[in-house]
Amino acid sequence: MTAPLSAAVRNRPPPAIAEHVIEVRDLIKRYGSVLVHEHLNFDVRRGEIVSIVGGSGSGKTTLIRQVLGLEAPTSGMIEVFGRDMSTIDEQTARVMRSRVGMLFQHGALFSSMSVFDNIAQPIRELGRVPPPLLHDIVMLKLEMVGLPCKHASQMPAALSGGMVKRVGIARALALEPELLFLDEPTAGLDPQASEDFVELIATLHRALGLTVVMVTHDLDTMTSLSTRVAVIADRHVLVAAPIEEAAAVDHPFIREFFLGRRGRRALQALPPERRAKLPPAALESASAEVPI
Amino acid sequence: MDFDTPPGLQIDTNGRGPLVTLSGQWTALALARDRARAGATSRLAALARSAPAQWDLSAVERMDHVGGQALWRVWGRRLPEQVTLTDTQRDIFARIALLETQREAPAPVPRLDAITALGGSVLDFGQHAYGGLAMFGRFVLDLLAVLRRPARAPWTEISANVYNAGAKALPITALVAFLIGIVLSYLSAQQLRLFGANQYIVNILGLAVIRELGPVLSAILVAGRSGSAITAQIGVMRVTEELDAMLVMGIPHGLRLVLPRVIALSVAMPLLVMWTNIVALAGGALAAQVVLGIDMAYFARALPSVVPIANLWIGLGKGVVFGMLIALVACHFGFRIKPNSQSLGVGTTSAVVSSITVVILADAIFAVLFQNVGL
Repeated sequence: MTAPLSAAVRNRPPPAIAEHVIEVRDLIKRYGSVLVHEHLNFDVRRGEIVSIVGGSGSGKTTLIRQVLGLEAPTSGMIEVFGRDMSTIDEQTARVMRSRVGMLFQHGALFSSMSVFDNIAQPIRELGRVPPPLLHDIVMLKLEMVGLPCKHASQMPAALSGGMVKRVGIARALALEPELLFLDEPTAGLDPQASEDFVELIATLHRALGLTVVMVTHDLDTMTSLSTRVAVIADRHVLVAAPIEEAAAVDHPFIREFFLGRRGRRALQALPPERRAKLPPAALESASAEVPI
Repeated sequence: MDFDTPPGLQIDTNGRGPLVTLSGQWTALALARDRARAGATSRLAALARSAPAQWDLSAVERMDHVGGQALWRVWGRRLPEQVTLTDTQRDIFARIALLETQREAPAPVPRLDAITALGGSVLDFGQHAYGGLAMFGRFVLDLLAVLRRPARAPWTEISANVYNAGAKALPITALVAFLIGIVLSYLSAQQLRLFGANQYIVNILGLAVIRELGPVLSAILVAGRSGSAITAQIGVMRVTEELDAMLVMGIPHGLRLVLPRVIALSVAMPLLVMWTNIVALAGGALAAQVVLGIDMAYFARALPSVVPIANLWIGLGKGVVFGMLIALVACHFGFRIKPNSQSLGVGTTSAVVSSITVVILADAIFAVLFQNVGL
């Protein structure tokens, strides 16, 4: 189940990295007495694939939810496409939402609608679209994500985990956003489905010039896709840099996450010219044997 | 970038026929807005018939696949012979053409004709009746098992359910019962006054409330309140796979989910019926005093002598049966919920509607069985 697009974009260069699309400055988020983010700075430029990593409960998803406007920050500034999220009016916010897509961790497909209606929903929301054109639009989106069109009439409950994620992506792409958020895109997928999904994201990134922000725990997904990694620990972004530079930062979480056995295994799979920049600790043996 | 430029379309004629020049935004958002005010898109649709051969898209500020597909349809699913495109646009059309070659039709959704649907609903009814009966049988077996070994009984769940379905329902049943008591008393008083039969208000209210209204009123409120809650709760447990988890751990659904709810409602319902009776009669007595000048103390004194005590036992007995029926119906529908939002809504609605119907059916059976008792 790979998108037929991938062959067509194989020889295309990745999109050029350009201006800021997300700028978060001095963000503070507090739930009651629990401080989730403290003086957090984070930015994403057009054309990047940025992975957000951090321990459980470190506020990765909370950060994305604030950027999307699902939650209000306690203080601080969040700019998306150069507009401050706290001051925009309803009309601008609507336009903004059509430029942003989100894939939720469990797909968040509308369970009472078929796959077709799920993807058509954001388009129908804009206004009346002639049914034949709507059919074409939905089918193109399904093909873009490599899902056979015969599944269009199925209900989400009948789909496998990987297919749910693909439909989720197709729905997020329905309005052709420039910015795509992925929350744990490969969680719960088998290795082959994860591999296909990584290829799908890479393909769409090139084909549509997408900017992608993803939260992930999956080291392989992260190393194979991201142009930069933002590590959240101690309530702020420790470092946001290409993975080989992020791995070299001296911090307990980074040592645990990148330089653990699994981390080393994923890092050693980087292409040689990037592997050369890794810290020596990352190049130690990473055999699969468990020392007890 | 400005997102408000509407799509533009201009038709000129040069030596080789009409030349269509497009400008502005050709994105999903811009086209939807434009369609609402019948701009370029309606003129584009008109062009589909005349099929001009020359197109210039180089002035388009921004185009996405939705805009591309709108044009692609007008062009008859191929690029026109003379067309000026930017590189990005050429990519978009190449992609549309590429993906269209491998399209297959969606699998057809089976549709039912009226007769099949009728047959289906009869079978459905049979399944519900069978399922309800099976659940009742399971409940009786579980009850016997618990009676043999009372230590196994889920006492905590029973007590929690009695509190939720009974104690928490006290305020709302009191309010409804009080108002119904006043309404009933007030309307009867108008008629009784015509015949000078003022003191018969005690007979009318006493019999109606204790034998009929108390049990049915509280049953309807409990069905709406606790019946829907039971169905939704068990339904969500299905969605979150809690039901399967219980089975895997060897915890039987009947004993842990159905039994405590049925017992709890059959304990809470007669108590609620008693409470409803008291409050409704109090409301009725108050209205009788205001309208007919019948003293509330007289009302209380006359009540035992005009309403045989058998009526109270029938009313409380109805309460027990109604409570069990509501819990059984609600559990039955809860277990049938499938993991999607629509099924949850449909299941909860049918649970409430069916349990009220079943309660009224049972009430009719009671009326026939006890026609010679207490009247």
